[in-house]
Amino acid sequence: MKALVAQTRVEILLTVRRGESLLLILGIPLLLLGFFSSVDVLPKGDFHEAVDYLTPGVLALAVMSTGMVQLAIGTSFERQYGVLKRLGATPLGRPRLLAAKTVSIIAVEAVQIALLVAFALALGWDPSVRVGVVAAVVLGTIAFSGLGLLMAGTLRGEVTLAAANGLYLVLLLIGGMVVPLSELPSGLRFVAELLPSGALAQALVGTLTATHPTVPAKAWLVLGAWAVLAPLLAARTFRWE
Amino acid sequence: MGSRDRYGRIPLGVIEVNELGVLYGNLRAVNGVSFTVEAGEVLALLGPNGAGKTTTVETLEGYRQPTFGQVRVLDLDPVADHDELVGHVGVMLQSGGVYPGIRPLEVLELFASYYDDPDDPALLLDRVGLTHRRSSPWRRLSGGEQQRLSLALALIGKPDVTFLDEPTSGVDVAGRQLIRELIAELRQTGVTVLLTTHDLEEAERMADRIVIMDQGTVVASGTPAELMRSTEDEEVRFGAPPHLDTAGLGRALNAFVDEVSLGEYKVAMAPTPNNVAALTAWLAEHDLPLADLRAGRQRLEDVFLRLTAITGEHPIIKPEARE
Repeated sequence: MKALVAQTRVEILLTVRRGESLLLILGIPLLLLGFFSSVDVLPKGDFHEAVDYLTPGVLALAVMSTGMVQLAIGTSFERQYGVLKRLGATPLGRPRLLAAKTVSIIAVEAVQIALLVAFALALGWDPSVRVGVVAAVVLGTIAFSGLGLLMAGTLRGEVTLAAANGLYLVLLLIGGMVVPLSELPSGLRFVAELLPSGALAQALVGTLTATHPTVPAKAWLVLGAWAVLAPLLAARTFRWE
Repeated sequence: MGSRDRYGRIPLGVIEVNELGVLYGNLRAVNGVSFTVEAGEVLALLGPNGAGKTTTVETLEGYRQPTFGQVRVLDLDPVADHDELVGHVGVMLQSGGVYPGIRPLEVLELFASYYDDPDDPALLLDRVGLTHRRSSPWRRLSGGEQQRLSLALALIGKPDVTFLDEPTSGVDVAGRQLIRELIAELRQTGVTVLLTTHDLEEAERMADRIVIMDQGTVVASGTPAELMRSTEDEEVRFGAPPHLDTAGLGRALNAFVDEVSLGEYKVAMAPTPNNVAALTAWLAEHDLPLADLRAGRQRLEDVFLRLTAITGEHPIIKPEARE
């Protein structure tokens, strides 16, 4: 227990200490939410207010930035610098290392969600919360963490850095996070709905918005599939050194 | 501490390596290496780069499976008994192993949390002379400071056995002195130390015994004094037709001649030009061909020469002084 607490504390400490990671996990989602809620430049689709789809969107973005980008970059450099190898020669063990990473992700997400929700409410967001939102966040976190570890366990640190940030931008644009999926051309939309970002955004919209009270079954299916496949693939391909 | 195992037995060796072989694909990184390290002993694996030192140590640390042969640490299998062994072993990797953004005291406190009865992080930080660097992240420490912190991390769990891979490489003179003192303290408290180095002088200063490796095999082993003597046992080996008159040749050379295997001879004399000339003259006189001629313990000498070429230092152990 002592080791798990200490390891979790360090995981969180090192995340917070990296300025670029704070920008990614809090700065960008808050900025996008504030800017596009007040400046009317984005297509709204069939939503009354931009904040109604932007809030679920940036919440999905927050989950993606912590689960995928942060975890991928942090872990791949730990692998490259021999940290994971060195930890292998201590009594910490892989289960406790993974548990510490999981707890630290949950803690960071809790802070992200609290701040984003508070900011959205201040911007006039009027949510209608259904329990499915918890399932959506959990499945999204598992799916993106799996993708993050898949990159971290196979690619070099610099490559992971570039790939994770690049993927972040692509999924941000076509993930229904700042632009509703209904605004995308049909071919692109078809692809977007098969990606974990699009599925998570749909699930969050459907569990948080009064005017869109349903989540398409396909979105749950896609999100569930990513949540199973990505961690499995990561576990099979992960190289510790 | 360390002299008895948890059943109260005195183990033969805290570290036992028996005919170890490790293959990377077709490359034999380690090929038939055997040695034992007793409790409380400091043993140096000495050899040039690519000798197989790190591969041997990483097999003992449980990072690699032997392709053949066995290794035991504290009478346990480093891979199969990893969970049981890991609390008794301190490891210093050749490089890295620490979060780039973490500070020295933070990482010592983190590692201390992994062990049941750890050393005091602040005291240990002081012992490796890094108290003044406590708020600098790892990536800002100099190479020598990183090595000292790595050593502290190897010791934080109060290990019975420590594996130190190149502990003094990249460390300045004062840092080397400090690391040597720490290793001497470990020996005094009964901790078994296996370290690797390509620096002959460091091995001679720190170790009770030295195992010299080259190209995956053990070339020589013994205490520094024994190794020095062994290089003075000068000899000339040559190949010629079998069943020579070794007694007659011995009289001509005033040295003992032995046919070590069919057509392979060993002469107990220094390989001086005069001696070699006398040998070839005797062969010419008897109209005998000379297949090949090798001077001294050529392989050991060759390793020594390459080691001194790497470090640029004059070793205390010298290959034989030639006339």
